[in-house]
Amino acid sequence: MATVDLNDVRKVYAGGVEAVKGVSIAIPDKQLCVLVGPSGCGKSTLLRMIAGLETISSGTIAIDGKIVNAIGPTERDIAMVFQNYALYPHMKVYDNMAYGLRNRGTPKAEIDSRVRSTAKVLELSGLLDRRPRELSGGQRQRVAMGRAIVRNPKVFLFDEPLSNLDAKLRGQMRVEIKSLQRRLGVTSVYVTHDQLEAMTLADMLVVMNAGLVEQTGAPLDIYEKPASTFVASFIGAPPMNLLSLSTGSSATELERKLLGLAPPGGRAATLGFRPEDAELVADAEDRSGALMLPATVEAVEPVGAESFLHCSAAGNRIVIRVGGRTTAKPGDKLRITATAEKLHWFDQGGRRLDSASPSF
Amino acid sequence: MLDEETKLTPRVVFPNKVLPYLLVAPQLAITLVFFYWPAGQALYQSMLRQDPFGLKSKFVWFANFRKVLADPAYLNSIKVTVAFSLATAIVAMAVALLLAVMAEKVVRGKALYRTLMIWPYAVAPAIAGMLWLFLFNPSIGSLSYVLRSLGIAWDPLLNGSHAMILLVSAAAWKQISYNFLFFVAGLQAVPKTLIEAAAIDGARETKRFWTIIFPLLAPTTFFLLVVNTVYALFDTFGIVHAVTGGGPGKTTETLVYKVYNDGFVNLILGDSAAQSVILMVIVIALTAIQFRYVERKVHYG
Ligand SMILES: Nc1ncnc2c1ncn2[C@@H]1O[C@H](COP(=O)(O)OP(=O)(O)O)[C@@H](O)[C@H]1O
Ligand SMILES: [Mg+2]
Repeated sequence: MATVDLNDVRKVYAGGVEAVKGVSIAIPDKQLCVLVGPSGCGKSTLLRMIAGLETISSGTIAIDGKIVNAIGPTERDIAMVFQNYALYPHMKVYDNMAYGLRNRGTPKAEIDSRVRSTAKVLELSGLLDRRPRELSGGQRQRVAMGRAIVRNPKVFLFDEPLSNLDAKLRGQMRVEIKSLQRRLGVTSVYVTHDQLEAMTLADMLVVMNAGLVEQTGAPLDIYEKPASTFVASFIGAPPMNLLSLSTGSSATELERKLLGLAPPGGRAATLGFRPEDAELVADAEDRSGALMLPATVEAVEPVGAESFLHCSAAGNRIVIRVGGRTTAKPGDKLRITATAEKLHWFDQGGRRLDSASPSF
Repeated sequence: MLDEETKLTPRVVFPNKVLPYLLVAPQLAITLVFFYWPAGQALYQSMLRQDPFGLKSKFVWFANFRKVLADPAYLNSIKVTVAFSLATAIVAMAVALLLAVMAEKVVRGKALYRTLMIWPYAVAPAIAGMLWLFLFNPSIGSLSYVLRSLGIAWDPLLNGSHAMILLVSAAAWKQISYNFLFFVAGLQAVPKTLIEAAAIDGARETKRFWTIIFPLLAPTTFFLLVVNTVYALFDTFGIVHAVTGGGPGKTTETLVYKVYNDGFVNLILGDSAAQSVILMVIVIALTAIQFRYVERKVHYG
């Protein structure tokens, strides 16, 4: 139904805070694009600029190929789900959902059928006569979703819609949002700081940091080839282990050995590997061409299906995932290995080093 | 173990049994001397009838009330009072709301603008009345000059409607500041995201105001309606006295002003007392409404 194109979008707030520092994203039709990043990185600002709630300091935003910089939120034909839901407290659920349709002059009979069918999809049929304060958090969330869906807009915008729910409900709603979005085929932009939510929902993932895009791509591509140490440590839980290695004369023997595994060019400064890509090996064993890292266990976190070993290695803290139960206990000396293709290398500035470096 | 209530409202416990009574005594004394005693006197007076020379009085039970309530002049005064109070409350609130909405939009000098808006509240009612009286005086008033040059035969001294308009303007003007303060606070309490959600839902500014903001201001509006009505009913004696003195004829003689006129000018003490007792009943009723609905405000959310 619509594409959303951001071209070098910037936002400087009245106080001089530069919240968004030049972001370009092209969201194809029907895709669910997730903006993820730490709190304060400018995600909400960017979303609100797409909504028309904030002015665009420079750059352009186009919806369906049409530049909307000068168009107010009323005319953009978008729907937004707010973090606090922003339900109209003095209106019943029915009227909350009908409000947008009424404002656009939809005939009464059509409003009624659309509100009722949307309510049915979201299992709100029995709640249409309630006021928002008579609903649970999860129900309010559904009403907020319903209010967006019923209008059948060009674009859905979500600003951390699940962060006020408890963990179980959040998991449920995540699945539901994804399948609804698929079925309705409405281009969506979804903002979250939760990397798990981002990974599971996104068709297209945009990792943001300090007002800039760090990486754009399919979630698993980003997971497998993080473009920077920031992305590497932000996507994935527990995050990727990053060992900063000193180069040159101050390097220890271990560091020199590790750096030997790096791609040629000698610019490598940080070695990364994911907790699940590491294995424990017996003392005697030595695999050439693979990572061999002595480590000391400092804490053990059994989660049930797996356990996490928090260790210190080469002066860094790292985490290793082992399946099932483990007999390891604090103080144990281990040797960790990972095959060369599971290693990630980053330069001094934190940029990824690759033979075929992704061109983002 | 403390029960829930004592934990939430800690009580001061005095070791001395007499001290607490001593501490409330001044308050009690004032209430007794300045309220219960005159109220009792009024009640007693309202059942007496004096001869024209004030030499003898006779206890007549409710005859004064019957007489007052059957008096066309009193019924006229009720009409005048209702019209005056409603007009004053509505004008004062409408203007204040308009100003508050506009103040919300002011970006620079917001504080100055608000301070200036609040000043009229500090003006004494009689002074406010004099101010308006002079502005609209048919012979010397600068604004009546303007009105007359616009072709309006402005004469509040002879025309009852003009007198009423002048009175309402003066009374409302004084109350606008107070209402303005409450509306500004009320507007600030409306969550910004609701207005944004409504904008995204396709509602333009005017529509947003009437469908979202105004309904959410309902508790404030209701509170102000009661306060303004009480003000117009009972606190406007000074303004009436200064601006019209109840005239021309009896076109602006409100209930409170009639009590004064009958009692202190015409010296019909029994009737005047009966009227003040009726007013007292109205005050008690309004206060009850205020306590019942306003103190425990209509809450959304
Ligand atoms: N209205 C505003 N005025 C000034 N600065 C703002 C405003 N809104 C947000 N900011 C600043 O812009 C930056 C990005 O904020 P935001 O977009 O809300 O981040 P996020 O949603 O990623 O947590 C923050 O530094 C924040 O303090
Ligand atoms: Mg945010």
